[in-house]
Amino acid sequence: MLARETSPLKQTPLHALHLARGAKMVPFAGYDMPVQYTAGVLKEHLHTRKEAGLFDVSHMGQLVLKAKSGNVGDAALALEKLVPQDIVGIAPGRQRYAQFTNDDGGLLDDLMVANFGDHLFLVVNAACKAEDEAHLRAHLSDTCEIVSLADRALIALQGPKAESALAKLCPDVSSMKFMDAGPRRVADIDCFVSRSGYTGEDGFEISVPAGKAEALVTALLDNPDVLPIGLGARDSLRLEAGLCLYGHDIDTTTTPVEGALEWSVQKVRRSGGARAGGFPGADKILAQFAQGAARRRVGLRPDGRAPVREGAALFADPTSTEQIGKVTSGGFGPSLNAPVAMGYLPTSLSALDTTVFAEVRGQRLPLKVAATPFVPNTYKR
Amino acid sequence: MTTLYTSDHEWLRIEGDVATIGITDYAQSQLGDVVFVELPKVGRSLKKAEAAAVVESVKAASDVYAPITGDVIEVNEALAAEPALVNSDAGGKAWFFKLKIADKGELGGLMDEAAYAAHTA
Repeated sequence: MLARETSPLKQTPLHALHLARGAKMVPFAGYDMPVQYTAGVLKEHLHTRKEAGLFDVSHMGQLVLKAKSGNVGDAALALEKLVPQDIVGIAPGRQRYAQFTNDDGGLLDDLMVANFGDHLFLVVNAACKAEDEAHLRAHLSDTCEIVSLADRALIALQGPKAESALAKLCPDVSSMKFMDAGPRRVADIDCFVSRSGYTGEDGFEISVPAGKAEALVTALLDNPDVLPIGLGARDSLRLEAGLCLYGHDIDTTTTPVEGALEWSVQKVRRSGGARAGGFPGADKILAQFAQGAARRRVGLRPDGRAPVREGAALFADPTSTEQIGKVTSGGFGPSLNAPVAMGYLPTSLSALDTTVFAEVRGQRLPLKVAATPFVPNTYKR
Repeated sequence: MTTLYTSDHEWLRIEGDVATIGITDYAQSQLGDVVFVELPKVGRSLKKAEAAAVVESVKAASDVYAPITGDVIEVNEALAAEPALVNSDAGGKAWFFKLKIADKGELGGLMDEAAYAAHTA
């Protein structure tokens, strides 16, 4: 995931602003990114839950998928060859969570797909964006144009005061509901706005031309409710929200069923649906829908205060030598004031309140399987 | 009473044959908000450079190494209840543990305040 230390790091259009605001920068997915600002991860996390936080996620990939026929429905049908989601059913002005699958039913990446009326707008993970674009070109070029919007920044504004802060620059956003998406004029700039995010909070993601990004962010940060938030708090917020981090909680070895993402695969693409299958790995994934998978991603709450981190081996009891699973994300949840984690367990041990044990520094620490999100989400539906 | 420092950003306050050990203010500023501290058991014999304690921020876990050899005679239980003390008073109330010094000769390899200030400059 991380860039090799020898390769030069890329910068987002907001790099200078991060430095001016006292950010501590770290390499992430080939970019020099702010991990925290002067407030620190804990305060940034809590501020986002209570007020509003602004995140630079310009490292993520933004793509346009447009059918050569000019009909967005043809682009949607084409994309359905690569994802198990109902793309045709995304109404104009709406957005949906999706995954690119491989022939083994594993996940190449997860992404957001929005219907902008005459084309689809895709947001993909930074570490996968080159491969995703190549994947789209390899499979869909006969019917679609694929355009990488490398000249746009992406920011997220999240938290209970996100709506009031953004509405000062674009009153129309107040009428948007969770997963509404489309072009909007924000502070007289042509943006793409979606009511979505990666924190469990109500909020927005805003695609803005690179040259206008600093002006837009500065206007948002002029509001005392809004603080800049680094990747550290972005990770603790999404973990409390029970949201997967690609490359950690889901990857090429995990299927949507194993990853507990069944909710993201609409009935029309499942067995018996009008457009069942037809995506890579469909045989395996649809069989798992019918029969279940041997393992499953679960939420985990450690009993004590010690964080249980990514990679910790999981065991059924305090003494057994047979590893049954592992933690894929783990840390401290500032809003819960307690450690939280997620990981994979045999399905037979994945029921809520099952106690399992993680090996941490030679000790076996008890954890309970817990429902996610750990912190209730506040999406405006 | 003498205060000495290690290149790993620990401080040692020497009183007779007892060393009180904590992490420096510089260390806590680098770690960020501390949310958990794991301390050694009283009675444990620690060898110089052995992992003795763990301090965890929201982001990551970091080992605290025994700066000298000795037996643990007391640990700061207050840190279990209030790990944030490490951020607010790293050099004082947030001491980690006390060692009965096995070999005072080991203290010769540590830094004084001026040397440590130069080390972190």
